[in-house]
Amino acid sequence: MTLVKHVLARIGFYVLVAVVGSFFALPLLWLFTAPFHGQATLSVQIPTQPTLANFAAVFRNTFAVRALLQNSVIQAGGAMILTTLVASLAAYALARVRLPGRDVLVYILILFSSVVTGTAAMVPIFLLIYNLGLIDTHLGVILVFTGGLLPTAIFIMRDFVAGLPRSLEESAMVAGAGSWQILRQIVLPQVRPGMMVIAVWAFVNVWGGFLIPFILLRSPDKMPASAATYSFYTESGTPVITLISAYALLYVIPALALYLFVNWRYGFKFFGGIKS
Amino acid sequence: MAGVQLLWRWEGFAVRRDQVALLSGRMGLTFLSPALLFIILFLLFPFVWVVVISFTDRTLLGASAVSPEFVGLRNYLQLFNPERWMRRGEFGYSLYLTLIFVAGSVAGQMGLGIILSLLFYRREGVLKEVMYTLVTLAWILPEAAMAFTWSAFFDRDAGTLNAILGWFGLGPYDWLLDYPLLSIIIFNIWRGTAFSMLLMTAALGSIRPSYIETAMVAGASPWQRFRDIMFPLVRPQFLTGLVLITLWTFNVFSPFLLTQGGPAFQTEIVAIHTYRVAFRFYEFGRGSAIAVVVMVINLILASVYLLSQRRQGVRAR
Repeated sequence: MTLVKHVLARIGFYVLVAVVGSFFALPLLWLFTAPFHGQATLSVQIPTQPTLANFAAVFRNTFAVRALLQNSVIQAGGAMILTTLVASLAAYALARVRLPGRDVLVYILILFSSVVTGTAAMVPIFLLIYNLGLIDTHLGVILVFTGGLLPTAIFIMRDFVAGLPRSLEESAMVAGAGSWQILRQIVLPQVRPGMMVIAVWAFVNVWGGFLIPFILLRSPDKMPASAATYSFYTESGTPVITLISAYALLYVIPALALYLFVNWRYGFKFFGGIKS
Repeated sequence: MAGVQLLWRWEGFAVRRDQVALLSGRMGLTFLSPALLFIILFLLFPFVWVVVISFTDRTLLGASAVSPEFVGLRNYLQLFNPERWMRRGEFGYSLYLTLIFVAGSVAGQMGLGIILSLLFYRREGVLKEVMYTLVTLAWILPEAAMAFTWSAFFDRDAGTLNAILGWFGLGPYDWLLDYPLLSIIIFNIWRGTAFSMLLMTAALGSIRPSYIETAMVAGASPWQRFRDIMFPLVRPQFLTGLVLITLWTFNVFSPFLLTQGGPAFQTEIVAIHTYRVAFRFYEFGRGSAIAVVVMVINLILASVYLLSQRRQGVRAR
């Protein structure tokens, strides 16, 4: 009797896993078959004669290539560097300066950043960027992304800085090193893993971010890949599916690669209780 | 903001013992100042300014762009005008859609998250790795590409979903035209389940195995073990997840990539409605009034979260 029950439980387990697994896998399937299919449609067809012609077509499209290899790289790279630097400085200062209530402060800040968020926050932020004359510039996009990512970045970084032994800095201080010197030569090398995490996290966020560039940018030659993908399938009348699918796959690959890298290197988890 | 999301932390605020300052106050401020500048510019200032704009008739171009006039509560009265606010494409209607959207998404994400974490509770192996990778990828891959693969998945004639339903003699359905709200809810569940899965997995992992083993020895059924032992122990994390997902889902914009709020405003949830009023028509005054209402709702949800965290902190002590 228990054996029957046991077998039934196993079958139930696999059925449930199969159903839930399909729900998560099937929508993605198309993205990995269509780009290699010469006459791709919206259906999932295993390409009998796999081809790279769709990718070649993508690379002949200057708008698409510039969005992916230039604009997205500039915006994601810029916000990544800025966020990592500013967050590292701030997290270090917060860990080492005596400031009453700093934990609560950072905590409230993060909570507040999810209050001032989304399209609601974009109304005043658009006007701010407009008045700064930064509409339709890479810099405007980079600054807004950095501002949005910063509270969480500081929070993640604090976990890494908090683990640093104070003794090294104390001896450096005794030896007469200045604050900048200590920061550059002692602190930053030690928190490099933390900076890596922030950098990857910020990059993936901006790389995938749609709303901010969509609202702040006007001219097609500044659009990042997220907006380009979107304009491909909404504005071009009948979308060229072969092209879009190949482009979407190319666009997804950096995020996919970074995820696999982080997963392999550190194991994907909540950093200090944070989601990416 | 675009993927910036909140943390959960149930150990509460750690109080550190006093230490010798390794950084002078002046240098500390220097190191902090870039971050402060960003936070003031992009977080505090927008929060205040949006309230100010919401009392004006500011637009992007024209006379009211240069010298917007103070219009008092007009924008708010328009939003809540009882005669028309529940019509399609109006604020009340979008709030109503958002309510359904949030309820459906949160129920689906928490439900699936719990099912997944229970399925793989104290199990390791390839199957778990594959499943967790899939669910996590659905969460972190760029939304524009994911929305496009989903529009292929939902397609009436060629889509995978209808192909599968066809095997069972169902359909074909035109998902995005006939069931648009349901479609974006399914999409959003798919997109966001990873968070509750990881949260609940971490929470279940923190339960002492001996508790479960004792219950097993006592002959408790799996359901009883879940209901009487596991769930009560992870309830704090469960509630945390519930509030946070509600807060995030309330501000989600990505369904726009799938439906643009249509057809006929049937998927115009609040974030998309705000976008349309503020950035399609550049009616910043009215858009700001909507933004203020949205932020007030966000503030309420955030306060609920903070209060629940504090209560947990007290209970833990």
